Amino acid sequence: MEPSFSINPVSDVEQLLSYSFMVNALAAGSIVAVMAAVVGWLMVVRRESFAGHTLSVMSFPGAALAALVGWPLVWGYYLFCAGGAIAIAAGAGVLGRRDLAQESAATGTVQVAALALGFVFLSLYGGVLENLETLLFGSFLGISSGQVLTLAAVAVTVLACLALAGRPLLLASVDEVVARARGVPVRALSVAFLLMLGLSVAATAQITGSLLVFALLVAPAAAAQQLTARIGMGLALSVALGLAVTWLGLGCSYFTNWPVGFTITTLAFLVYVAARMVRLA
Amino acid sequence: MLAHEFIRNALLAGSCVALASGAIGYFVVLRGQVFAGDALSHVAFTGALAAAAAGWDLRVGLFLATVAVALGLAALGRREPADDTTIGVVFSWVLGLGVLFLYLYSSGSAGGEGAVAARTLFGSIFSLSRGEAWVAAGVGIGLLVALGAIARPLLFATLDPAVARVRGVPVRALGLAFLVLLGVDAGEATQAVGALLLLGLLAAPAGAAQRLTANPVLGMALSMTIALGSVWVGVTLSYAISALPPGSAIVGVAVGCYVLAALIGGRIRRGRRMRRGGAIPSRA
Repeated sequence: MEPSFSINPVSDVEQLLSYSFMVNALAAGSIVAVMAAVVGWLMVVRRESFAGHTLSVMSFPGAALAALVGWPLVWGYYLFCAGGAIAIAAGAGVLGRRDLAQESAATGTVQVAALALGFVFLSLYGGVLENLETLLFGSFLGISSGQVLTLAAVAVTVLACLALAGRPLLLASVDEVVARARGVPVRALSVAFLLMLGLSVAATAQITGSLLVFALLVAPAAAAQQLTARIGMGLALSVALGLAVTWLGLGCSYFTNWPVGFTITTLAFLVYVAARMVRLA
Repeated sequence: MLAHEFIRNALLAGSCVALASGAIGYFVVLRGQVFAGDALSHVAFTGALAAAAAGWDLRVGLFLATVAVALGLAALGRREPADDTTIGVVFSWVLGLGVLFLYLYSSGSAGGEGAVAARTLFGSIFSLSRGEAWVAAGVGIGLLVALGAIARPLLFATLDPAVARVRGVPVRALGLAFLVLLGVDAGEATQAVGALLLLGLLAAPAGAAQRLTANPVLGMALSMTIALGSVWVGVTLSYAISALPPGSAIVGVAVGCYVLAALIGGRIRRGRRMRRGGAIPSRA
């Protein structure tokens, strides 16, 4: 059946939900959107967007290593995301105190080191990564029910950990000096957060590709922060925007046949621009 | 090794790109704009794909995209630390556009999209023609001259923007001009070492230099030297070991220098602290 768009939204949604691959895509997209919105909100507060992007790029060396050694793809993702998180934390922490300029140099160096390794793995492997496009742009529409369950488990773990560490983590993110004085383990929390970021990125990247995961991390959270400085409100808004962008993006992609990566990133960008306009007005 | 035409081309283009990236990278790290450099190198990918979809020369799209986004970042970004979020949002969208162009291109003319994507993403310093190598060299030298012209006020504006503004230095205009230089560099380096590996020449040598010295002239010279050395050693290594891709070899050397510098830099700092009798060093 060809996708046919009508003015009646109810029949459109019914049409979408009549395919099991669309149901799986919507379920996975929703889980990813919620997890990315929460983790991304903290990432934006902590000004670690560059680290987030670096971790989302780790899926390339991860996939190349997995191809070389013959592991399942996922293992490579998790290995490199965890390793990358630790390397970023180590590089940034050499000076003891947060120095954003040096931290960005360290993060960039970790990123290129991982990418260079990826090319070496690829060259040793000898073949071509057939799924290069999938790797970069994801395969939203080929998700199995098993993957949805795994994704849900990862999301629950990450959100539970963040909820447990929420208060001290937030204090350490907003005011490091005060947090240190109050005895909050700032360093340990920073490493733990990067690991959580890496875990959620690795889980998400299998489905959305390494490019889209970053859009879902940063854009809804950035838009939410333009609109409110309150914590609960900001988190809720970030999640709501993330879900809306994902659902609309999947729907648009289904009816127009444009790639999902394009529709979701464009909607996310428009939401951010709108939020900035609202703030200026 | 030098008897091969492709090695001579690689060294010519690589050296000029490395010198330009080393010098520009010094300011990039000093200004905390490594993420902007990263974003611009990915933007080059979208630009090249857009040009491919429209049937233009790839380089036109590449430079147009990097310079346009550099201008956009300068316009959107405020001085404040919110910058990295703006960059993230803008460039994730530009990547999304890249997906669209890839889709348009692959549905327009059957096949071939893989080759374009691979060539722009990964570059190949060993497949430059004589003409391309000279263009790269020219752009590299042009960038160095342009940077030299604004280096002094730019350094002032970077280290102390408030005082610089009071002294009549056009801080905003300099920031804009610098981002445009960075954009041109990203476009050029993309062809030489590939969009994904540009950061290797931008961040690692400059980061290493700044861990070793706080003196700007010395630091910039060191950064350029490390970048140049990385290209030469990397090209040689890659020539000797056929399984080692040239981009990886170059970046590998640069990252090695960074790790070494971080270790040595930490030791120097600890030594100073000990001589001062355990006082916490104040970082200027």
